Amino acid sequence: MTRQEFRELAHNGLWKQNPGLAQLLGLCPLLAISTNMVNAVSLGLATILVMALSNLAVACLRNFIPYEIRIPVFILIIAALVTVVDLAFNAYFHSLYLVLGIFIPLIVTNCIVLARVEAYAAKNPALTSTVDAIMMGTGLLGVLAVLGGLRELAASGTLLAGIEMVLPGASGLQVFGDDYPGFLLAALPPGAFFTLGCLIAAYNAINQRRAARRLQAPAPSADGQQAGASAPLTS
Amino acid sequence: MMHSPFLRPAPGVRGVMLTVLLALLPGIAVYAWQFGAGILVNLLLASCTAVAAEAAMLRLRGRAVGLAVGDLSALVTAWLVALSLPPLVPWWLTVLAVLIAIVAAKHLYGGLGQNPFNPAMAAYCAMIVAYPALMSQWPAPGQLDFGAQLDLILGGPRNIDAISSATVLDALRTGLRTPGATVDALRQTSPFGAVGGSGWEWVGAAYLLGGFLLLARRVITWHMPLAFLLTLALVSGVAWLIHPAQFAPPWFHLASGGTLLAAFFIITDPVSGATTPRGKLIFGAGIALVAWLIRSFGAYPEGIAFAVLLMNICVPLIDMKTQPPVFGHRGGESP
Repeated sequence: MTRQEFRELAHNGLWKQNPGLAQLLGLCPLLAISTNMVNAVSLGLATILVMALSNLAVACLRNFIPYEIRIPVFILIIAALVTVVDLAFNAYFHSLYLVLGIFIPLIVTNCIVLARVEAYAAKNPALTSTVDAIMMGTGLLGVLAVLGGLRELAASGTLLAGIEMVLPGASGLQVFGDDYPGFLLAALPPGAFFTLGCLIAAYNAINQRRAARRLQAPAPSADGQQAGASAPLTS
Repeated sequence: MMHSPFLRPAPGVRGVMLTVLLALLPGIAVYAWQFGAGILVNLLLASCTAVAAEAAMLRLRGRAVGLAVGDLSALVTAWLVALSLPPLVPWWLTVLAVLIAIVAAKHLYGGLGQNPFNPAMAAYCAMIVAYPALMSQWPAPGQLDFGAQLDLILGGPRNIDAISSATVLDALRTGLRTPGATVDALRQTSPFGAVGGSGWEWVGAAYLLGGFLLLARRVITWHMPLAFLLTLALVSGVAWLIHPAQFAPPWFHLASGGTLLAAFFIITDPVSGATTPRGKLIFGAGIALVAWLIRSFGAYPEGIAFAVLLMNICVPLIDMKTQPPVFGHRGGESP
């Protein structure tokens, strides 16, 4: 894998085709679990793990999987890996496992995992597939972290509350004082949609501003860079 | 001086909004007389916030600031928000509600004329979901003097028992949960007046007066208020006749909560409501039905705000299905 390939994978996963902001894939866990930062980041890390392992596995097996039944085979591979991650969470982070509950097993149905397997790992070698999964997963993790942080801050005035479930001894931050009334709406499902909408609007605004600046530049460099994708891709 | 053919120019946005503000004045006066001058502080606070937010948003969007602030539409939204909220909420809650109404519900959707949801009701819903405890503290008439009210609005310590008598809708809903309670027995207790809520009946009557002014000046048409009030009376009347112990009588529903404010000032919002005559009837009736269902069976005591937002979503469909036939064509399916 060349450096150029790596940069392209990183740019695609982290920004241009960001699963949370551009592809709008994997919204179910994104919206449901991002009520606070610890939950969001934990689920994001679990998703990265599943994505990396399943992309690696499928990329290795891609020449042995009959094309016609590839989707069921992919799902079986992903489900097996999710079970592994689910059991590992139960064993090592039990209290966090109780909080995340059904959402760890539900990673199986997270369409970003299947999307990367089908769109990338089924056609590419193992190393680049794994890098692609990690970059895509990190892009989703970033959105989850920001979303979870904003919602937690608005709803309860804290950050990283419940961190002791992951790192014993650590404690969350009380950002606003004790008399902060708490904007309960942010912790409820509509708050997730409103916050994600604002994040997508900010993402599109940044892309448009960049595109406008590139147009104004006197001599655009011809290295094949495209203007930022402002329209979300459909899944 | 008018010349033939006697077409009067339609009043501009500013004229319409000014009439709405004037029509609200009787309601505000009775409100202040019954419940103290705290509401005036809230109105002032909401107005300042609304104008500042409107100007800031227009500037950010690159529009003419002075012209659009001068159309008074932000002021109408602010007053409706302030009149919908409980009168003794802390100042930041009023400010936040107005900001949500102007910034989120109005300008993020494209400003005046573009918003699919009623801004005042969107703000009310956001507040009742976000701060259910503060939003359920309503005073009884003449309970607190102005100084005590001002202290509460400025964020002073809140002794819940001293300030809040639940609204009648709230009292009815919680009261009916106890076995053996009947509507008639509950209506003998303290927050209830002769018809609706004690004190609120008079405020409602003043809103009705303002509503007639709006009708007389042709700012609103009769369709929505009539459909709304008739449907509310009809559904609550049928339920009351079937089971008078469990359901409040229709005149109670008409006189309590925000019914009369909603009927003439809120559901008649020209932007977010239906526009065809038949559509207006369906829109008003739908709000009444949903509001009654929420009041009688829902988790919140007052359902008009949610009902308005729900029917706002249906407006494109209603308008599409109720287009009147073009003059000269037969009625029925339009081509």
